[in-house]
Amino acid sequence: MSNLIKYINGVPGVVAEDAWQVAHLPAVTEEVRKQAGKPVLFKLTGAETATPEQISATVIPAGKVLVPLTVWQARKAELAGRVVAGEIGVWLETHELVEKLIESQQDLTVFPVIGVHIERFADGRAYSMANLLRTRYGFKAELRVFGDVLRDQLFYLRRVGFDAFEIRADRSAEDALASLKDFSEPYQASVVIDQPVWRRHARG
Amino acid sequence: MYKYDEYDHRIVRERAAQFRDQTRRFLAGELGGEEFKPLRLQNGLYIQRYAPMLRVAVPYGMLSSAQLRKLAAISRTYDRGYAHISTRQNVQYNWPELSRVPDILDELAEVEMHAIQTSGNCIRNITVDQFAGIAPDETVDPRPLAEIVRQCSTFHPEFALLPRKFKIAMTGAREDRAVLQMHDVGLELYRAADGEVLIKVWVGGGLGRTPILGSVLHEALPWRHVLTYIEAIVRVYNLHGRRDNSYKARIKILVKALGIEEFKRQVEAEWVFLKDGPNTITQAELDRVAAHFTLPSYEKLADQNADFEAKLAAERGFANWVKRNVHTHKQPGYRSVTLSLKPTGTAPGDITAGQFEKVADLADRFSYGEIRSTHEQNLLLSDVRVADLYTLWQEARAAGLATPNIGLITDIICCPGGDFCDLANAKSIPVARSIQEVFDDLDYQHDIGDIELNISGCMNSCGHHHVGHIGVLGVDKDGSEWYQVSIGGKQGNDASLGSVIGPSFAQDEVAGVVKRLIDVYLESRSPEERFIDVVRRIGIEPFKTRVYADRQPGKQQKEASNV
Repeated sequence: MSNLIKYINGVPGVVAEDAWQVAHLPAVTEEVRKQAGKPVLFKLTGAETATPEQISATVIPAGKVLVPLTVWQARKAELAGRVVAGEIGVWLETHELVEKLIESQQDLTVFPVIGVHIERFADGRAYSMANLLRTRYGFKAELRVFGDVLRDQLFYLRRVGFDAFEIRADRSAEDALASLKDFSEPYQASVVIDQPVWRRHARG
Repeated sequence: MYKYDEYDHRIVRERAAQFRDQTRRFLAGELGGEEFKPLRLQNGLYIQRYAPMLRVAVPYGMLSSAQLRKLAAISRTYDRGYAHISTRQNVQYNWPELSRVPDILDELAEVEMHAIQTSGNCIRNITVDQFAGIAPDETVDPRPLAEIVRQCSTFHPEFALLPRKFKIAMTGAREDRAVLQMHDVGLELYRAADGEVLIKVWVGGGLGRTPILGSVLHEALPWRHVLTYIEAIVRVYNLHGRRDNSYKARIKILVKALGIEEFKRQVEAEWVFLKDGPNTITQAELDRVAAHFTLPSYEKLADQNADFEAKLAAERGFANWVKRNVHTHKQPGYRSVTLSLKPTGTAPGDITAGQFEKVADLADRFSYGEIRSTHEQNLLLSDVRVADLYTLWQEARAAGLATPNIGLITDIICCPGGDFCDLANAKSIPVARSIQEVFDDLDYQHDIGDIELNISGCMNSCGHHHVGHIGVLGVDKDGSEWYQVSIGGKQGNDASLGSVIGPSFAQDEVAGVVKRLIDVYLESRSPEERFIDVVRRIGIEPFKTRVYADRQPGKQQKEASNV
């Protein structure tokens, strides 16, 4: 079994096998930066962190692959044929801007999957990014979150429009399914449940 | 006040169940401490020096007598028979056991209460003017919109993990008693010439390490857009706030870095997409919520009452109390009454289970069963007949709730400090006590008159020291506790941040320093001048000179004596 929860026909379940691989930039040793005496855990939004060497050295294997946004931006031409074949998706880090993806690719329908990688679960930027992809840019296909993805954030991740959740490897995706039902009637409109409770029901 | 319908009940019950399971997994070792931390914080649960602290939400400070009785019962069953009113109008328990917190949440849910988002990096409890609905200078009752904003921000999926906490305050009165300018977002409701409710939106205020007063973001936002406009603000903040440094993570730093014009441009660009969307408030929804905040069935009364006047003339104690603790009211023949939680010798804002029950009883008999908590850490009965004031005073006095010191120097705003709080650099309660003891004489206090003295045990500024006319801040220097004193801070329409007068002091020096500040004031004032007026007129130098006249304070003094 994979550790990926997906909504299929509106029903969430753990998928047996995940057809997609994630391509990563080759690792480089980053020096630990400190601010106010504490290590910096979150990169600033818009910070450019990938080097040209990393981008060109990124291995893009055969088959269905999610490539990092920076690789997509730099090597789009090289991937054109595989995009047509429907085997290329793009993933973003939480400090990257959705607008950068749109600049490089206005028509998002070419991607069967867009991913957002959450390095630390406390990073809430992924939630606004998902909302923008779904509502502003109309992305309809699979929106996947991976990385430090834990069951206690799942309900929120679902509501902002993610429909595929790669649960952190040391946790059970089966257990996590339960948290998608934490709340039955949320107050406000978001992406999933797109009307506030007072427009969904006659209150009082 | 607002009454839950089935949807409110359902959300609070589902939350209690969710937190019960999270606590179970944490105690079973299935959930790590770092993972549990934001979950418990968003449920008001801190791990403190001696025990967890649970902060119960009191949305915009409104409480019913039934809720007070439940708070009393919880304090007896799960705590040590008392609780604390915080500067965000919430209620805090200092000694609950973690494993029993889910049971407390179940009990709270029975009386339409919870601990949702009372801490953590999310949208916190919304505070409003404590005199909402009854203040003579009010043009719009802010509570219906406050409730609507509360609901929208409750478990808002996009904004549960912000760079830092996010606080919203609202008022609909001419005088700002909700300290809008020290909030991440402040909403000032008013009426246009045609009667439409508009909102002046302030953004980017905050205290803490870098105190900044808010700036105006929108002069006239129509009320129905308030949710989408807040969403636009918070989305810009969520995406662009400084997550790399927790000291610079509040929205005030982003607003300052961008400048208000550029920040406004970004918010407006975002709002284009949200405006008129589904979270736009309908008239029907506003009416539904507003129906919960209708006026009580006031009797038609004359504003004056002969018995009351006679008692006032005959009993000086009663007159003192009326002068300080009784406030004007929209409705003739009615007053609101502050029950002081600041008697000398008690931690400011602390209240016992018995007092909770007594207040519930007084509210039922004299004030339509409703009570308000104030950000100055007192309780307020909102609708008391003038004819009942004397009986109320006698009973409140017997319960230790009638100290006639509201707005005086012993009505200190004070965080729990190092006695309880794990974040604190220094104790604050003993400092408050030492000041209350120096100024205990009531005539002296009344002579000094209106003054606000605020104490925080650390830079997080829960005691709002930056906006105190006198502010005291606990600081840590090489592992020992010192206190920095500032003067000239003020809340209200003409809000200002205090200036530090100089090097810090040892704990046992602070009350003496305050005494000298007061001496300078008393010598310098003209008849109608308050302390803050004198500071603004003559500046801090004369105060500074007096305080540091005969000695090097604090650490230097110690060092000097060692030479």
